[in-house]
Amino acid sequence: MATEYILEINNLKTQFVVRRRRVVRAVDGVTFKVRRGKILGLVGESGCGKSVTAHSIMRLLPKTAVIPEGSIMFHPEGGESVDMVQLKPTGRKIRSIRGNEISMIFQDPMASLNPVYNIGDQIVEVLLEHSKITKKQALERAVRMLELLSIPKASERIKDYPHQFSGGMKQRVMIAMGLICRPQLLIADEPTTALDVTIQAQIIELIKEMQSEFGFSTIIITHNMGIVADMADDVAVMYMGKIVEFGTKEDVFLNPLHPYTQALLKSVPILGNAGEDKLIPIRGVTPDPSAMPPGCAFEPRCDFATEACKTCVPGRVGVTDSHIVRCVHCIGENLDD
Amino acid sequence: MSENEKKIVKSSLAKENFYKLLHNRLAVLGFILMFVILLACIMAPLLTPYSPTDLNLRHMGKPPGGEHPFGTDKLGRDVFARVLYGGRISIAIGLSGALGGMILGVIIGSFCGYYGGWLDAIFVKIAELVSVFPQLLLVMVMRVILGEGIKNLIIIFVFTGWIATFRLVRGRFFSLREESFVEACRAFGIRSSSIVFRHILPNCLGPVIVQLTLNTAGFILQEAALSFIGMGVPSGIPTWGNIINAAKELLNITNYPWLWVPPGLAIAFFVLGVNFFGDGLRDVLDPKQQ
Repeated sequence: MATEYILEINNLKTQFVVRRRRVVRAVDGVTFKVRRGKILGLVGESGCGKSVTAHSIMRLLPKTAVIPEGSIMFHPEGGESVDMVQLKPTGRKIRSIRGNEISMIFQDPMASLNPVYNIGDQIVEVLLEHSKITKKQALERAVRMLELLSIPKASERIKDYPHQFSGGMKQRVMIAMGLICRPQLLIADEPTTALDVTIQAQIIELIKEMQSEFGFSTIIITHNMGIVADMADDVAVMYMGKIVEFGTKEDVFLNPLHPYTQALLKSVPILGNAGEDKLIPIRGVTPDPSAMPPGCAFEPRCDFATEACKTCVPGRVGVTDSHIVRCVHCIGENLDD
Repeated sequence: MSENEKKIVKSSLAKENFYKLLHNRLAVLGFILMFVILLACIMAPLLTPYSPTDLNLRHMGKPPGGEHPFGTDKLGRDVFARVLYGGRISIAIGLSGALGGMILGVIIGSFCGYYGGWLDAIFVKIAELVSVFPQLLLVMVMRVILGEGIKNLIIIFVFTGWIATFRLVRGRFFSLREESFVEACRAFGIRSSSIVFRHILPNCLGPVIVQLTLNTAGFILQEAALSFIGMGVPSGIPTWGNIINAAKELLNITNYPWLWVPPGLAIAFFVLGVNFFGDGLRDVLDPKQQ
């Protein structure tokens, strides 16, 4: 069944059980949809649950994590829809999805490749795991993929070991591994955070290029508003385990409605803007996830907080068809019932 | 880039490692020592016409020289032949004990280190239990249970020797399984068995191989020590330990030095060679030193 969406996450909750049965609600009722062939930017500060959300989709959570509620519906083109939450995290089914239909690339390319194998072996292994082709064919495809990702002399370099590559090149190799099986969804978990700025731009360009070439959907996780503005079609802003604002890029950047999004945008440096508008940091710190305020999680840091914010958790309000905000001050259709 | 550099860049990791090993003089020396002794033991029938067990009452206690390069013992047996044939058994016991221990330790350590949990807890307790016993006592107890013999000695060495490798592998797995590349493997749908044996294990083989050489050397020494006190190989079979054991009376030590110096030196040189080689291997195999 091919719908407009490739991934629909509904009320996902991921919790970690730590010492003395204390429960940390890392992801607390996340709902969003990824449009087919589009790029979704998932932004938020450190520790807000971005990565846990991504790992929940791939079911790559540590053993202490549980998903007590919610669903992650994956609708592959030309295949049956599956609820990723219902799959066994070590089962055969999820393994056939990982790397094949949904791929993930990681923050630290330096540590993401095995130092004892050459990169060709590692790319080929992914390919051989998911498709029935000979090793020679797999190697040819790997070389072509590396050429596509503009690695010079790909046919020679494929025999090189990870320590013979620079950070940016390693991230290209990781992207090659991620895309070699032509996945329908790519999850990029802060793919540029460990790279320097010029390489960051190259990698972002590359992901965009590949996306238009192959037409896969992408979730890009970042705390860099610039990257989101540059490449995303849709934006989800996450705060303390909840999506506080979701909409198209235009919705979120031109008409930010949640105070957190507004504050986030005010704290982004803009080139050539020195002296005119000072950057405004968000005051206070994020609350302890195991001792959350009873009302809105952003209430202690919010400039517009009222009494109502302290007591009730704001539900999802649909301001327009595409724009959803979790704030009591926003007026629109209540989507939670 | 010079021709030479190009060659190194293009060559495979194994070749590169081989050249690095060649540049380590101590390792090369160790390898030569080990290899010469090993070869001499294997080719014993070509090097000496004598049998290690044949008595020759006309040539009892002859000093080295002439037909008998290391002399003969008090029953007229050729010491050179005894050292060579004894070396076969001593090295075989040491090597197979260490290999068996390594295989057992690597398999158990891999599973415990990767999966953790109750499986790990059980094996850690077993390892602790085995290692808190004084080893000599344990060997004596097991010898009483299993009886005398080469096979039983190897079983005893495997039983006591897997623990060091197990701890090593388990510890490396604990740190390696949290590495990004393991998570990346999982994210690309690679099966667990492949992650454990193809991806994580090669990253901890360096210290395991060093442990193998140390264990081999250690077991050869232990075999000699156990045979010396009469707890090892039955005294009829020549091993380096048994040959020395036969010469342990005070008068023999002063009057017949050729009875115990050759096997003693053989043990010392072989063990030294294995240790040097193992040290060199460790330097080469550590992927972080590339």
